[in-house]
Amino acid sequence: MRLVLNQRTLDEFSWVDFTIGVLRVVIIALILIGSFNTLSSGRFTSDQWVSLVISGLAQGSIYALIALGYTLVYGILLMINFAHGEVFMSGAFTAVFLAQAFDRSGFLNSAPLLAIPVLIVFAALVSMTVAILLERIAYRPLRNAPRLVPLITAIGASFFLQYTFRGFYGSSFQAYPTVDILRGSFPVGSVNVPISQVVVFSAALLLMFCLYWLVERTKIGKAMRAVSENKEVSALMGVDIDRIIVFTFAIGGALAGAAGVINGLYRPQGVNFFMGFVPGIKAFTAAVLGGIGNIPGAMLGGLFLGVIEAIGPNLVLAGLGIPGANQLKDVIAFTMLVLVLIFRPQGILGERLAEKKA
Amino acid sequence: MKRILPILLLLTLFAMLTGVQAAQLECTDEIGCVEIGPDDPITIGYMLTISGATSFLGEDSVGGIQIALAERDGMLLDHEIELVAEDSLCSAEGGQTAAQNMAARDEVLGVIGTSCSSSAAAALPIISSAGMVMISPSNTAPSLTNDDTASGGIWQPGYFRTAHNDLFQGAVAAQFAYNELGLTRLATIHDGSPYADGLQAVMAEVFTELGGEVVFQGAINVNDTDMTAILTEIAAAGPDIIYFPIFEPEGNFIAAQSDETPGLENVVLMGADGLLSTSFPENTGAAALGMYLSGPYIEGEAYDAFLESWAEIIGGVPPSGFHAHAYDAVNILLDAIEAVAQVGDDGTILVGRQALRDAIAATSGYVGLTGTLSCNPTGDCATGEALAIFEITESELEGNWPPPVVWTPPPAEAE
Amino acid sequence: MTMQLNWRFLIRAGLIAGAATLYVSAIGMLESFSGREVIRETVTLGQLMLVAASAAAGYFAANRLSDTRNPIAQLASGLLVGFISSIPLLALILVNSQIELRGVLVNITRNLIQILTLSQENQLSGSLLLTLSLGVAGAFGAGLALIPRRIRRAVLIGLAVTVGVGTLGELVQQLLRQVIDRDVLRAIFIRNSLSPQAALVLFVVTAVLTFGLSWSTEERTLRSRVAALPPDQRRYVRAGGVSLLAVLLLALPWLVGTATSDVLTDVGLYILMGLGLNIAVGLAGLLDLGYVTNFAVGAYVMGVLTSTGPLGFEAKTGIAIFNFWLVLPISLLIAMFTGFILALPVLRMRGDYLAIATLGFGEIIRLLAISDWLKPLIGGAQGVLFIPKPQFLGVTLLPQPEIYPLVLNDPQQLYYVILAACLFAIFVSTRLNNSRIGRQWMAVREDEDVAAAMGINTAKSKLLAFTLSAATGGLAGGIFASKLGTIFPNSFSLLVSINVLSLIIIGGMGSVPGIVIGAFVLIGLPELLREFDQYRLLLYGALLIVMMLSRPEGLWPSAVHRREMHSAEDEAGTVPESPRDATVVVTGD
Repeated sequence: MRLVLNQRTLDEFSWVDFTIGVLRVVIIALILIGSFNTLSSGRFTSDQWVSLVISGLAQGSIYALIALGYTLVYGILLMINFAHGEVFMSGAFTAVFLAQAFDRSGFLNSAPLLAIPVLIVFAALVSMTVAILLERIAYRPLRNAPRLVPLITAIGASFFLQYTFRGFYGSSFQAYPTVDILRGSFPVGSVNVPISQVVVFSAALLLMFCLYWLVERTKIGKAMRAVSENKEVSALMGVDIDRIIVFTFAIGGALAGAAGVINGLYRPQGVNFFMGFVPGIKAFTAAVLGGIGNIPGAMLGGLFLGVIEAIGPNLVLAGLGIPGANQLKDVIAFTMLVLVLIFRPQGILGERLAEKKA
Repeated sequence: MKRILPILLLLTLFAMLTGVQAAQLECTDEIGCVEIGPDDPITIGYMLTISGATSFLGEDSVGGIQIALAERDGMLLDHEIELVAEDSLCSAEGGQTAAQNMAARDEVLGVIGTSCSSSAAAALPIISSAGMVMISPSNTAPSLTNDDTASGGIWQPGYFRTAHNDLFQGAVAAQFAYNELGLTRLATIHDGSPYADGLQAVMAEVFTELGGEVVFQGAINVNDTDMTAILTEIAAAGPDIIYFPIFEPEGNFIAAQSDETPGLENVVLMGADGLLSTSFPENTGAAALGMYLSGPYIEGEAYDAFLESWAEIIGGVPPSGFHAHAYDAVNILLDAIEAVAQVGDDGTILVGRQALRDAIAATSGYVGLTGTLSCNPTGDCATGEALAIFEITESELEGNWPPPVVWTPPPAEAE
Repeated sequence: MTMQLNWRFLIRAGLIAGAATLYVSAIGMLESFSGREVIRETVTLGQLMLVAASAAAGYFAANRLSDTRNPIAQLASGLLVGFISSIPLLALILVNSQIELRGVLVNITRNLIQILTLSQENQLSGSLLLTLSLGVAGAFGAGLALIPRRIRRAVLIGLAVTVGVGTLGELVQQLLRQVIDRDVLRAIFIRNSLSPQAALVLFVVTAVLTFGLSWSTEERTLRSRVAALPPDQRRYVRAGGVSLLAVLLLALPWLVGTATSDVLTDVGLYILMGLGLNIAVGLAGLLDLGYVTNFAVGAYVMGVLTSTGPLGFEAKTGIAIFNFWLVLPISLLIAMFTGFILALPVLRMRGDYLAIATLGFGEIIRLLAISDWLKPLIGGAQGVLFIPKPQFLGVTLLPQPEIYPLVLNDPQQLYYVILAACLFAIFVSTRLNNSRIGRQWMAVREDEDVAAAMGINTAKSKLLAFTLSAATGGLAGGIFASKLGTIFPNSFSLLVSINVLSLIIIGGMGSVPGIVIGAFVLIGLPELLREFDQYRLLLYGALLIVMMLSRPEGLWPSAVHRREMHSAEDEAGTVPESPRDATVVVTGD
């Protein structure tokens, strides 16, 4: 072992690099072979591919909304808010009862353009409250603790929230009512695009745009950016750190709550206390994919993940002759996460944080 | 003559003594007996899934048990009935822990359980070697009542079930699809649970035997919400029926999203007892119209009375479909205990374990809520006769239940 | 005497206490705990829960006024806090009488309202009674603050022991059944809770004992007294302690019975896994959230190789050489290999990223286990069945000694296998900790860059840590597969990894006793307390949060970790003493 006084000690292990290099080649080869097989076999028509991509974009935009919460918090506090999936769930699960009430009274279908935004605002408020409580009770005291501690707290908070809501609302599944104007599809070329997908995508895009405008063009957004750059100096500049942090959590929470209702319009069933766990992990994957700490990155990462999930199993895995390809949809998502962390930890758009994280 | 009196007295005394001895209880059972003192309760237990994501299954069965006990005022043979609760968690280790806890209590005569087939696989050997009796209200996996280990059977003595065997359910589904509807191209989806996987395998096998073709067999994961990828894959295979014996909400998603998937507009959708509950049409909406479901067919005045008791004692409606099976299971167990119990003069009860097993195994023509039950040597007490194919119509969307029966298997099919 | 009461504090404390009680009511915990009797026909756990928050608030309220030396004020503040804490509950009762809350909040049942109104026919009088009771509870809490410390401690410990014994009545009865006469036991315990007389006696005895003990010992812990002895005597005491422990461990299954032995085997498996993960997390500082991969690999290797069913090696090749003992080391080695392979890609990652990547691995393994693709090999959704139990060739000491195969069917017998494995793992772990490699890991954990600068081959270090930590996971998995006889993929979920991580964190990182304690608290306790089962994960989460907020180093940490956890806090808080410290603060992590 040589005595080296800098980072290069890791690089001297060329056999590790070699293995990773081999891994890179193997993965690319598998993707190419699988795709080629599927496409050449003509099993799916191009219309079906387009359809899949569009549904992937819709699902991905929901991931993106949740991912924004992760990325905002990570940018400011350098911690993964493991409980963010539960913040999403709290809004979705609480608003569903209001939605059902609207449906029963007929309000939902007589004035959807009023009812739906009301639901979104309601869910956003609930999620915001949960996020703020989380920050205040569980995270603020631990701001200076070693890395491991806030992560464990977040895991604990995640369980706590799940089972709290199970205790409140019970363990049975609820469902959002179907909204009449969202049913049906309209043709785009030769493909029939479901209206719900278009609405979901547009709504998410609108919210993301609002956030972008908030962060880039307002004073408080500037403060947020400053705090994520350097906390101590911002404090010296007169920024109230605590207030900004609370604000960040609130915004992230609000977006997650909105995502909850939007998700309810798109995939109405399956609302229960556990519904936030898997989207939470996938949204985190999306945030990392796009570059954590990077807002457009989270959006892009979400959309990218959604599309990969939609076309991946059919394109690659089925082509490789793997039976039950769709069961392995999540394997694709997780493998992509790991691959991104290995090969390009700063994500697609590059993260705005110190390289120390990698 | 005077000498006879003392001898007579002695003889009478002797007779009295032997007579008293004859009234004392003796255990001649192969496995052993459970002695219950005059003030002790008769103890039975249950091992069901009462926590976690699938707790509705356990809660449903527990409700059935509670109603059965309430109807007996909680008493049997003038002894109080004590119910021991264990949570089997819908997993193998949960089943094992629950079984160990149960087996450690010698006073337990029989257990109602488990909810899930994976728990039963682990619990079965333990309960069986403890000499106890286990009656399941909702295990449907074929392997549990198959005593041929070479073909994967894991039956052990003492196990019974009032739920149907999935060999019947899969066959019923296949016969309906092929013979009644005339469909020939089958696609199946399971969700990674042993139950769903096993059921779709049976359906596919029988369908092929009848002459149909299986064009696709695939799976999704529990917690998946987006089904467009697999539905597109299925559309590419061109089936005329999709069979998905899974649970909510994945079943709801498949039903709802198949409407949106090009190529699947005219495909028949069919599910199994996992979706046979009021919440399914409520949550799925119009997309569920015309869908077929196989499952236990329970009706009649007795069942209506049962539901009324449920609303009164527990509140609301049963969350799943096996409550009546749990009710029947408990009653079979308690009736059998009553039949084999030797009751002493002072109120002591002696129950032979092997005798109890034999009594339950001899159940024949028992009229329960779920139909007429007769147990076969390897534990199947229900036959396919209690199964039916239902269709979801407009009235279910408006909240009526149960859906109309469109087909029941002809009696000759029940094996 | 003027009564100065800090109203703002009182209102705040009261409302928080009331909110806490409202919370446990809304999630249904209060109702289900009301089913568990502590003292037969007298006190249920639910009732205790109802008053607990108010009593605590009363205590704090009185404490705040402790320097005024005005006992009346203190009691009054306790009373007031109690009254205020009933407000949220009264609000609930009121709202529920107007709107049926049960449609949304499913646990606000008629039964709950009955409990809250203390089973009074008239809701109004019940509410009044509730307010009064909570007030009294608050006053009680305040009273506790007033009495001298020693007495307070005695009372609290007496209460805790009485409630504990009453709650765990079943377990305690089982333990005592071996040593106490049945009739005496029946006088103490009625069904599974204490009789009122027994409870009173227990409370008084414990309180008096505690009081007496606190009077006589001079604030010196057992440990310091032992350390004060001369070396020879110390050695004897130590040897005595160890042999006592050994006897206890060996006799434990006989003492506790079959069912609890089964729980002990589960605890033992988690101790094994905890020891392994400790190498990665506690020693080397590598946050591994995917430990379940090692467990799964070990289990499936054991399953596939030893199964006598259609998936087993025997059925497929016709060769029947694999049994439990032969395959156990194979499980271990293959798990180590998997650990090695999976470590390679993540060598460069740090902190949270490493955690998420390993979490991804864990999920990938579970999905592969359940997949149809690998079904012909490892069973897919149907799992692997017919895994035999360990067999042992033993000798009986009959007049004619015979050799017979003994199947370790009993949890009590399996316990010894697991005990042996744990002892082995503890031995290896302790030796590693004190070795050169252990110090390398410590250096890498403290600061990787500095360690590299010091000449440590960090990559090799980390690889070694991952590989070795995987070993016990494989071992535990193999034993698990044999114990259950059937393995299904849903046993290998993220929850296992989180369980193992939590028990290390809560028990105390880096220390063996800490891991054992963590395993007992997190794995053993929920098995024994059924009411807690439904709320197991809720309490889990709450416990994690509370521990991290108050005692992040765990219940029984190693000295090193305790220093580390608190030094980070000190760093951020203290004024720098010298320029060197100042630079440390600015570049803080």
